[in-house]
Amino acid sequence: MKFKNIFKKTLLIAASLATLSAANIVQADVLQDIKDRKVLRVAVPQDFPPFGSVGLDLKPQGIDIDVAQYIADKMSVELELIPVTSANRIPYLQTKKADLVISSLGKNPEREKAIDFSTPYAPFFLGVFGDKEIQVKSADDLTNKTVGVTRGAVEDLELEKIVSSNTTIQRFEDNNTTLSAYLSGQVNLIATGNLVAAEIAKKQPNRAPESKFMLKESPCYIGMMKDESALQSEVNSIIAAAFSDGTLNSISMKWLKAPLPEGFGA
Amino acid sequence: MLNFSDLLPYTDQFLKGLLTTVELTLYSTLLGLILGAVLATARQYGSSLVAGVVSVYVELIRNTPFIVQLFFIFFGLPSIGVMLSPWQAGMIAMVINLAAYSTEIIRAGLGTTPKGQWEAAKVLGLSFKQTLLRVVMVPAVEKIYPALTSQCIIVMLGSAVLSQISVPDLTYAANLVQSRNFRSFESYLITAGLYLLLAILMRKAFNMIGRRVFSYRVIK
Repeated sequence: MKFKNIFKKTLLIAASLATLSAANIVQADVLQDIKDRKVLRVAVPQDFPPFGSVGLDLKPQGIDIDVAQYIADKMSVELELIPVTSANRIPYLQTKKADLVISSLGKNPEREKAIDFSTPYAPFFLGVFGDKEIQVKSADDLTNKTVGVTRGAVEDLELEKIVSSNTTIQRFEDNNTTLSAYLSGQVNLIATGNLVAAEIAKKQPNRAPESKFMLKESPCYIGMMKDESALQSEVNSIIAAAFSDGTLNSISMKWLKAPLPEGFGA
Repeated sequence: MLNFSDLLPYTDQFLKGLLTTVELTLYSTLLGLILGAVLATARQYGSSLVAGVVSVYVELIRNTPFIVQLFFIFFGLPSIGVMLSPWQAGMIAMVINLAAYSTEIIRAGLGTTPKGQWEAAKVLGLSFKQTLLRVVMVPAVEKIYPALTSQCIIVMLGSAVLSQISVPDLTYAANLVQSRNFRSFESYLITAGLYLLLAILMRKAFNMIGRRVFSYRVIK
């Protein structure tokens, strides 16, 4: 018993020593490094359109790439794109292989322990979408209306919580069936993600679904190393500039075929 | 491991689903068999043009998957302006499907009618309609009655597919419950049991009807 305790204590001391020394080494300012290097290294997705994918010219393209380019331009440095997968985007940041992660990253408490986040730069939400003719602004407006949704999806569960019993929810087997139901006019309102709505708008512009209201929001943030306040405030001010000069909105129009939702970034 | 109490809050869903399945089966069996009998007659005794049209229909339906027919009606037809509710689309798909199969089955029965019966009826001065309805049809159906029963049950079981276009039938209920409490084993076990029960009851009902309709042979 005693021996175990001593062993535990030794380990603890060793661990805290290691952390301390690591903290001493990592005193560098990433923003200064970027400026010295004149290169901004950004981890971007390569397999997640419209955020980041490989275009016909074999170059990465998408919202995340456009935002990365905008930030690099504002910092007056070169942009180096590092394609990552969603599983390794945070490790790339932690091992200093990338300065920023712009990879449709959502915020959650676990991630907030590991890295810092900027203000949001792109919308990512589940909502009710539908025909332009239909006036719907909230769950109450859905009374006596029919909404199509994919059974068991998060939007199904969220919708069920807020609508009254006078709303008919038609549940379909999978996303494609829900889309078919909307495209064929069998339902004129659907609950789905804004990416799916953008995909419909791209393929069938005459049936482009309009965003009615949000069910659940998880916008995209830029991720960076913890405690890099200089970098964080620089990135935040660039995003604020992109927001006020309309760049973020035009990026949203270009890739999501919809303006930024009301109250975004507020 | 098994936990059926998680399903109790959803009893209502299951009952509603069961009711929808029963309702759909009842109507589609009735309509499908009537249509089947008419088409079988047309194919067996109609002009070559009529028989040809019927056989195109029969082959078209019998050689394409039910779910494709269903999707065509529900998702395809709106593009030519025919908008049907899930219930209507499902109902029509079932009727069309059963009618095609029962046409073939009933026609086989009609085909076994000895020529002598037609001749005898003619000699007795019966019209075509009278001969068909009073002489030929009942024995013809009796011969193929077990096959017809099975086909109706197959269509009832096949109605599970209607849940794909959001018809709130028994399978829809099972899928919904399963997506809420993740008790897939229990949900589908109960659902399978209910379908089995339905199938058995249907067979019993068919046998009962059969005993009444085909009792002309029994000498009292």
